[in-house]
Amino acid sequence: MRMRAQGTWRLVTAGMIGASLLAAGCSSSSSTTESGGAGSKSGGNTVKVGVLQSLSGTMAISEVAVRDSALLAIEEINASGGVLGKQIEPLVEDGESKPEVFAQKAEKLITSDKASVVFGGWTSSSRKAMKPVVEGTKSLLFYPVQYEGLEVSPNIFYTGATTNQQIIPALDYLKEKGLTKVFLVGSDYVFPRTANKEIKAYANANGLEVVDEQYLQLGDTNVQGIVNKVLDKKPQVVFNTLNGDSNVSFFKELKAKGNTTSAIQTVSVSIAEEEVPGVGVDNLAGHLVSWNYYQTTDNPRNKAFVAAYQKEYGANKPTSDPMQAGYNSVYIWKAAVEKAGSFDVEKVKAAAAGITIETPEGTLTVHPKNHHVFKTARIGMINPKGQIDEVWNSGKPVAPDPCLDSYSWASGLATGQARAECDAVK
Amino acid sequence: MGTLLSNLYIGVTLASIFLLVGLGLTFTFGQMGVINMAHGEFIMAGAYVPFVLQTTVFASLQGVALIVALPVAFVVAGLLGVVLERVLLRRMYDRPLDTLLVTFGISLLLQQAAKDLFSANNKDVVTPTFLRGQWSVLGVSMTHTRLFVVLLVALALLGVWVFLTRLPAGRRMRAVMQNRDLAAVSGLPTARVDATTFFLGSGLAGLAGVAVALIGPIGYGTGTAYILSAFLVVIVGGFGKLRGAFIAALVLGVLNAYIEHFTSSTIGKAAVFAFVILFLQFRPNGIVSLRTRGLTA
Repeated sequence: MRMRAQGTWRLVTAGMIGASLLAAGCSSSSSTTESGGAGSKSGGNTVKVGVLQSLSGTMAISEVAVRDSALLAIEEINASGGVLGKQIEPLVEDGESKPEVFAQKAEKLITSDKASVVFGGWTSSSRKAMKPVVEGTKSLLFYPVQYEGLEVSPNIFYTGATTNQQIIPALDYLKEKGLTKVFLVGSDYVFPRTANKEIKAYANANGLEVVDEQYLQLGDTNVQGIVNKVLDKKPQVVFNTLNGDSNVSFFKELKAKGNTTSAIQTVSVSIAEEEVPGVGVDNLAGHLVSWNYYQTTDNPRNKAFVAAYQKEYGANKPTSDPMQAGYNSVYIWKAAVEKAGSFDVEKVKAAAAGITIETPEGTLTVHPKNHHVFKTARIGMINPKGQIDEVWNSGKPVAPDPCLDSYSWASGLATGQARAECDAVK
Repeated sequence: MGTLLSNLYIGVTLASIFLLVGLGLTFTFGQMGVINMAHGEFIMAGAYVPFVLQTTVFASLQGVALIVALPVAFVVAGLLGVVLERVLLRRMYDRPLDTLLVTFGISLLLQQAAKDLFSANNKDVVTPTFLRGQWSVLGVSMTHTRLFVVLLVALALLGVWVFLTRLPAGRRMRAVMQNRDLAAVSGLPTARVDATTFFLGSGLAGLAGVAVALIGPIGYGTGTAYILSAFLVVIVGGFGKLRGAFIAALVLGVLNAYIEHFTSSTIGKAAVFAFVILFLQFRPNGIVSLRTRGLTA
């Protein structure tokens, strides 16, 4: 879902003056495979899994941490005896922030490396690129990031939130707090546009008023016009689906214009612990975000996760929702394999249905049919230290509903292929 | 009336950023004909300077850090520019299109260096107390940070104008740019003048970096967000002409602000480009044109 493009200009230029040359140069050097042992003991006592994230390009900023958390889970599992008596051998590949590279590397991992499962992807476009590959080869992909919903693949497990576990709970919260005059601000691409379509349908049915809807190009930092429109319309809250660098300029300008959260509150779905320092704690303190996990989420499993992560990667490294979902993915797969007693994809898929494990975000259950997971929705407030304090949660895990079939106001949002995919698992 | 004025203000502040990021490029690209893709990374280098000062030497003096950052960023970016010019670009002054590739490569290298030095995450520059707040004039709220940028660009323009017209070094620079051969046979050290020009142009990018650090993200990609505006200003303004760059920045900024107000941000941008394309059909050499070495020769 999220994209942190640093500006289309570089992409344009790259295309202009021979990106192909660069790509050829990069891919040969970056496709080196890190494996557990140098001379891998094939078959025998190890099982190979693919970890496919962007380690270069614009998305590396986010995805490297997801790779790290997946590797941490693998290391922990290996230390405690592995899966079905086999040590996990991670094969790390670089998706290079390019959907076509994700497709190609996924195919390589599955067909020539014989990986039992692939953990990876971040942007929706990377997932959409890998989808035909894993469906065609009848293999298994775990996708760890919250996304726009409207998809159910028989070969993908979605361990991040779908819209009814992140965006709709945020709207419920705003309604409950009486923050009903809403201004929509987003980056101009598929995730914010889809999300805002759903938000407007919700608003219509639930008495919220959407006063305006404005988009910035990805990475655009020219925010004065939009901030002025926000201040003119005087909403109670801005629902923010901006991504990446635009957030920095947006919150700096809002703060400079003297806005306080008691005048106009904001709720963001793409700002997590990792992004807060870059936007500036001063500019964000008191603003709201919506996720399923925060570093501060209070349970013993999370304390252990944060401690292990920081021990491995550095004491100031924050943990965030997508990283945690990447970590959980490995454990869900392990539990499914053990329940199935086999690494066979069809058996693992069948075993995964309804499986329950303890994770840093709490008890997590895989939906019996649609390959998403039950997740507790959490609204958080950014505190002056840059951490996020939970101010509300859904009480119990919310059943994943990628096509929003349980919401009468959402009828008609899922059409075409999305409709067919959701109907197939009814 | 209120909206008309406040959009004029937005246009002017936008223009000040356009002009500040483009000012240095009027020297390196406009006058020397180097298609300097690394100009954005000089801006980036400048943007990191206040961050570094605020987190090290002047940890508790954020305002002082910002003011000190201005000359420091000028020198840091200026030196980067001189090194680039001396080591690589001086070998290819007669091949402007090759400089595009070389400086693009340098820009990627500098971005990677920034990632290695500062990590891939954005950094934050704390707004000093004297720049927090805003003034309201005729219903237009003007934030101190934006006014600071306007002031900075005014001072930079003044400084550059004085340098070019009143100081011997500036006169030498103009002489070399207007007719290199004649300047050389008249005894001017053209190589040294080239280095000075690059120092000045890159230094101005560093200055722009400090300004944009106050209003936008500071990360390895900071430069890419502004490089396009910089080129636009120079091309529309007329290569190497200060007056042209000034008018171009103002027109593009104000146009963008008004169109955006009545439509949307995305359409505002597209409309500005459409305008530029049309404009260049009628005045391919920009608003103010003068024969210079390089692209327009």
